Amino acid sequence: MASSFLSSGIIQPLPLRSPDKPQPLFDHLKATSTFLGSTSKIRSVSLSKPNLPNPHRRSTVVAVSDVLKEKKTKSAASSSHLLITREEGLELYEDMVLGRAFEDMCAQMYYRGKMFGFVHLYNGQEAVSTGFIKLLKKEDCVVSTYRDHVHALSKGVPARAVMSELFGKATGCCRGQGGSMHMFSKEHNVLGGFAFIGEGIPVATGAAFTSKYKREVLKEDCDEVTLAFFGDGTCNNGQFFECLNMAALWKLPIVFVVENNLWAIGMSHLRATSDPEIWKKGPAFGMPGVHVDGMDVLKVREVAKEAIQRARRGEGPTLVECETYRFRGHSLADPDELRDPAEKAHYAARDPITALKKYIFDNKLASEAELKAIEKKIDEVVEESVEFADASPPPPRSQLLENVFADPKGFGIGPDGSYRCEDPKFTEGTAHV
Amino acid sequence: MAAIFQGIGAAAALPSTEKFHSQSRRFVSARKGSLFVVRSDGRPSLGSSPRSRGAQHLITNAVAAKADASATSTASKPGHELLLFEALREGLEEEMDRDPRVCVMGEDVGHYGGSYKVTKGLATKYGDLRVLDTPIAENSFTGMGIGAAMTGLRPIIEGMNMGFLLLAFNQISNNCGMLHYTSGGQFKIPVVIRGPGGVGRQLGAEHSQRLESYFQSIPGIQMVACSTPYNAKGLMKAAIRSENPVILFEHVLLYNLKERIPDEEYVLSLEEAEMVRPGEHVTILTYSRMRYHVMQAAKTLVNKGYDPEVIDIRSLKPFDLYTIGNSVKKTHRVLIVEECMRTGGIGASLTAAITENFIDYLDAPIVCLSSQDVPTPYAGTLEEWTVVQPAQIVTAVEQLCQ
Repeated sequence: MASSFLSSGIIQPLPLRSPDKPQPLFDHLKATSTFLGSTSKIRSVSLSKPNLPNPHRRSTVVAVSDVLKEKKTKSAASSSHLLITREEGLELYEDMVLGRAFEDMCAQMYYRGKMFGFVHLYNGQEAVSTGFIKLLKKEDCVVSTYRDHVHALSKGVPARAVMSELFGKATGCCRGQGGSMHMFSKEHNVLGGFAFIGEGIPVATGAAFTSKYKREVLKEDCDEVTLAFFGDGTCNNGQFFECLNMAALWKLPIVFVVENNLWAIGMSHLRATSDPEIWKKGPAFGMPGVHVDGMDVLKVREVAKEAIQRARRGEGPTLVECETYRFRGHSLADPDELRDPAEKAHYAARDPITALKKYIFDNKLASEAELKAIEKKIDEVVEESVEFADASPPPPRSQLLENVFADPKGFGIGPDGSYRCEDPKFTEGTAHV
Repeated sequence: MAAIFQGIGAAAALPSTEKFHSQSRRFVSARKGSLFVVRSDGRPSLGSSPRSRGAQHLITNAVAAKADASATSTASKPGHELLLFEALREGLEEEMDRDPRVCVMGEDVGHYGGSYKVTKGLATKYGDLRVLDTPIAENSFTGMGIGAAMTGLRPIIEGMNMGFLLLAFNQISNNCGMLHYTSGGQFKIPVVIRGPGGVGRQLGAEHSQRLESYFQSIPGIQMVACSTPYNAKGLMKAAIRSENPVILFEHVLLYNLKERIPDEEYVLSLEEAEMVRPGEHVTILTYSRMRYHVMQAAKTLVNKGYDPEVIDIRSLKPFDLYTIGNSVKKTHRVLIVEECMRTGGIGASLTAAITENFIDYLDAPIVCLSSQDVPTPYAGTLEEWTVVQPAQIVTAVEQLCQ
């Protein structure tokens, strides 16, 4: 399993100056004990075999779904080679059911006029969120896009806080100031929630940089990992490529998770991308690229385990492409007319929750009654979150100016000589700033 | 080859033929034989200029104490002389020593020492990770700085030239300014974004941009502009210590200004303006390089019998309306001199703010002298005409005071 992630071995860098030239002012190879940069050979293309595709990077890239299939067929009969324990199975099931039930409730609430704006639902993609995030510690960070409700839920943000935020109430996880596309939680290290695609990837890279900094500069015992989730459309954006470069260059503890659901609103991935196989873009930057069946939570979890462990060990980033599908439209405002019903049916048959349920039954990990009990519990959690959100107050006027600056002196000095934030009207939200 | 100029306004006072020859396109201004050596503490002919109030100590009080500390900055201890870029470096180094979470990232800040030598020597001292040489990806490394700030570090992001930060506009506007608010106050972003901007010596249109006008509408950020070694160091330290994201505007032509600054530690206030020269007849508001053009013009004006009050606003967002207001109430005439573009510039905002708050105290409409709305031309003569020159300032004051 581990072998599929090894990139080319470390090779001594070529000296950049010939010996008879004067010494450079700053010999980067000597000054610091660890060279912070790429150590792969600069030129090693042999010209004698022009037919070979690009031999100068030798990362082994394997479609992990193939590896896993092989593993599974070998060990299907033996129950001692189960991919998950009973507890893990129940945990995964509960998390996916929570994601699905919550999103369905969001749709209901939206059409009843309880929430407004752009709401992007995650139905069908639960395996990716559950498969990855349930392996994380509380200190690990998750960065997402506007399709972020379920990432927040998987990471541990209470359903009532998310629902409240969607209703725009003061008890929401962002005090009602963020909304559907901006789920943040300092406690659970959810770093957003970004409305523009690609925006979150550099932020995730920064969080991973902090982890490396803590370990190497502050000498703290830190092995925190960051996961960046984004879609297929984002993979054509500059920020994606720039961050792949920086993460691989500095071996940042980050996993780039592509949720390839084949559609960017109405733009098919095949119509937008010159080479639609996104996992191939990893090795181009010096990191392993892995493709996995994103409708199967157990396969995703196996890949995620290795990618996260790799990052924790300090070996650097991984690019994981999860082939997945969203059952609903891009957002609740999308009529979803462009997608072929046959394609939708194909993926509906691969519903991740149904698949896990089958696995649990086939391997006798739990009974139907137990799973039904979980579903009932989740229904109650989701209903309670709606009641909580309904009962919560909307933000008062006084909240308007409070969080613009971490230090409200940033509003400056008013004509009377005192800081504007000291104006009593400031706390009422009516101060002139 | 080095032309050394005593007195103020050296930047504009070079004779035309010499300046273009001697200033070849260099990023790095050599310390020896530097072209601009300005003694900004010797201004006896224009009256003593009190230092910014309370500047010796950490600012805790917004309301300015009367400037009685004018003599202390030079009298108590001799201090030490240095150039503006060294003052920036000194401030940076002191803060990096004080807090290990302070780090620098940008293009060529590490091994190269910074394109204007502001970070020279820091990589050797603090290591490659703390003074990080980034690849050329402004949007992404600015975002990376923001992500690092959200998770506990205090990065200083350098734009090699402020103009390059246009590529980072997405991150600066959406994330830097907004995330504290959209996260409901959960994450703070204590970044400092700094770099040289402004019109240089025939650097061409794209390297001569003034980004303060583009960034000023972004909610959630503060903007300051330094103009002397003293305030450069003080503002750098204040910006690093601030919990808010701060954009520190430096100017390409001011890096070699020399001044004597105190030995003891000082931090300036990010929100306060600086009284450069008190006066009675007219209030001249300015910032960054134009401060020197104004002081040059002030010499001429004094000889003609005028008494201008010159304020370096320093804080471009938010404006220090207290200092400005007090001045307006005294002189009743306002002239704004800036290097920013005419349309939608800092001057335009300042005009609006003063009109809104102090209309009753004005005897004449506010006059705003800004750069022409023109992409800065390469030719020296044209470039000179795009920015405000001291002669124009003198004429404007004369007309205003009629």
